[in-house]
Amino acid sequence: MMSEFLSVLESNWGRLVTAFSIHVQVALIAVLLGSLIAIPLGIILTRCPRMGKKVIAVLSVLQTVPSMVMFGLLLPFTGIGRPTAIVVLTLYSILPILRNTYTGISDVADSYVDAARGMGMSGRQVLCRVELPIALPVIVTGIRISSVYIISWATVATIVGGGGLGDIIFIGVARNNHAMILMGAIPASLLAITTSFIIGRIAKAVTPRGLRRERAR
Amino acid sequence: MVVFENISKSFGNNVVIQNLSLNIKRGQFAVLIGPSGCGKTTSLRMINRLIEPTMGTILVDDQDISKVNPVDLRRQIGYVIQQIGLFPNMTIEQNIEVVPKLLGWPKEKRRERVRELLEMVGMNPLQYCNRYPSELSGGQQQRVGVLRALAVSPPLLLMDEPFGALDPITRETLQDEIKKLQTDLGITIVFVTHDIDEAVKLADVIILMKDGKIVQAAPPEELLSNPAGDFVREFIGKKRLHVNYDVDLVREIMNSKIFTVTKSKGFAESIALMRQRNVDSLIVTDDDGRLEGVIPVEALRDVAGKKMINTIGELEPAKVPTINLNAQAREAFDTILSEKLPYLIVVDSKNRVRGLVTKTSLVKALAGVVWGENADDE
Ligand SMILES: Nc1ncnc2c1ncn2[C@@H]1O[C@H](COP(=O)(O)OP(=O)(O)OP(=O)(O)O)[C@@H](O)[C@H]1O
Ligand SMILES: [Mg+2]
Repeated sequence: MMSEFLSVLESNWGRLVTAFSIHVQVALIAVLLGSLIAIPLGIILTRCPRMGKKVIAVLSVLQTVPSMVMFGLLLPFTGIGRPTAIVVLTLYSILPILRNTYTGISDVADSYVDAARGMGMSGRQVLCRVELPIALPVIVTGIRISSVYIISWATVATIVGGGGLGDIIFIGVARNNHAMILMGAIPASLLAITTSFIIGRIAKAVTPRGLRRERAR
Repeated sequence: MVVFENISKSFGNNVVIQNLSLNIKRGQFAVLIGPSGCGKTTSLRMINRLIEPTMGTILVDDQDISKVNPVDLRRQIGYVIQQIGLFPNMTIEQNIEVVPKLLGWPKEKRRERVRELLEMVGMNPLQYCNRYPSELSGGQQQRVGVLRALAVSPPLLLMDEPFGALDPITRETLQDEIKKLQTDLGITIVFVTHDIDEAVKLADVIILMKDGKIVQAAPPEELLSNPAGDFVREFIGKKRLHVNYDVDLVREIMNSKIFTVTKSKGFAESIALMRQRNVDSLIVTDDDGRLEGVIPVEALRDVAGKKMINTIGELEPAKVPTINLNAQAREAFDTILSEKLPYLIVVDSKNRVRGLVTKTSLVKALAGVVWGENADDE
């Protein structure tokens, strides 16, 4: 088994490296675009909390639509290819980031916001100097959750021609070649785990010292 | 300095403030007091436009505040709240310089001001500037909360139950400090409280409210000696009327709900308890409750980093004056006043800790004197 795996690995090394880098690119672009949409949207929703709850409820339902179905629905509009994969994955990356942005900011204690306003900060100053710094670790955690999802779902993107490690897995499935399947699945898992670990570290790093102690208590 | 002209405020159909008029003069310490929900916070927050009145005009410094930009207005008015609200993501220094920064003060001037303010309340800038709020006791945090509000020397300071969450001893210390700051700096303070003792101690004028209206606005002595009706009389409290400075014994006026630790108590646990109770010093006893001495928070902090300490008994508590519980109240007060103590520990004949006499007890007793005989007639 092991020697078989190694020989498959050797003969497909070039393909694996390409698939891996495409996988990383697709996931990275999707999460970046997702963050660019979700963080501002999350902030806006905290300004009208009643809308916020509804929007998040609707998105949560959409999130449960299986990704296969979503790919299918979008195909007629965006056609086969990487853009379709990125659009779908971006949509899926939005919710965790949006939800964490929204709750992170909503959970900032009223007393901080009250003190900030009472001292004469404008709305934007309250947001940038008080609410966002306090909510930042929660927002970064949202990005982490999103990244892990997207890295694993990106393997499915192969069905719309998205490329990535999913290609290798599907080829393995088609040829009933277990070594091939593992060659796609193992790097995908390692990628997800490493990414989660690194972003977890970032979340810690962006937590101000004063807040670390407070959370620890 | 602060004038309310026929102010009303409703939330929906709920009328919270009714046609309220008020005139707080420059340099006055005005205390708003009354039962929960009577509209104290609402009235206070209308002064810096965190709440807009439904009807009427408010003047600050002869200016109609509805014509002033709220953000600019608030930067000229200090604001202190019960929850303290120090920003947890900022150091003490950064917290204090928030408003100076908003007003665009240069860095050097801000630094200097922060140091000056900390020194004003006896906090060493070198020691505290770079700490975070969570690393301070409750009392120290609120001290910084007050400094933060005073950073740009506003002529007017609004305080909403600022000492409500602090333990009695720390509260008294902060009361003394704020009263001194107010007289030294000549600022006007509007202060909300639930506590009539606090009001009597601090106020130049007490504004007693009920259901969104003023029941009586008068200096403390007048409020106590000449209450306008039963509500006021009841609010001030019957018990106090009978306290008499000359006759009472220490045991009758002391506060017996106090927080002590034994020598065998764990060091870390004691610190956690201090945090939880917001006290600034530990009263240490042996296992039989006999007084060993007092350890101030600074002493705990000084040793904390330096060596391993397991129990409180390993520290040397400071000796403090005490008074016997059967001594005359007058004696306790004389000691507090002459030695400038924040409080005096009450012990029995076996040196067991039984309570505390604080400056509030002093105020209560003085209020009894003001009431005089007609109180005893009832
Ligand atoms: N934003 C609001 N919306 C609706 N009702 C409010 C609002 N703020 C205050 N109220 C109501 O107004 C009344 C007065 O509230 P306020 O906070 O001024 O009372 P308070 O005297 O400060 O009470 P406490 O001593 O409990 O702090 C209360 O009945 C309260 O429920
Ligand atoms: Mg209130």
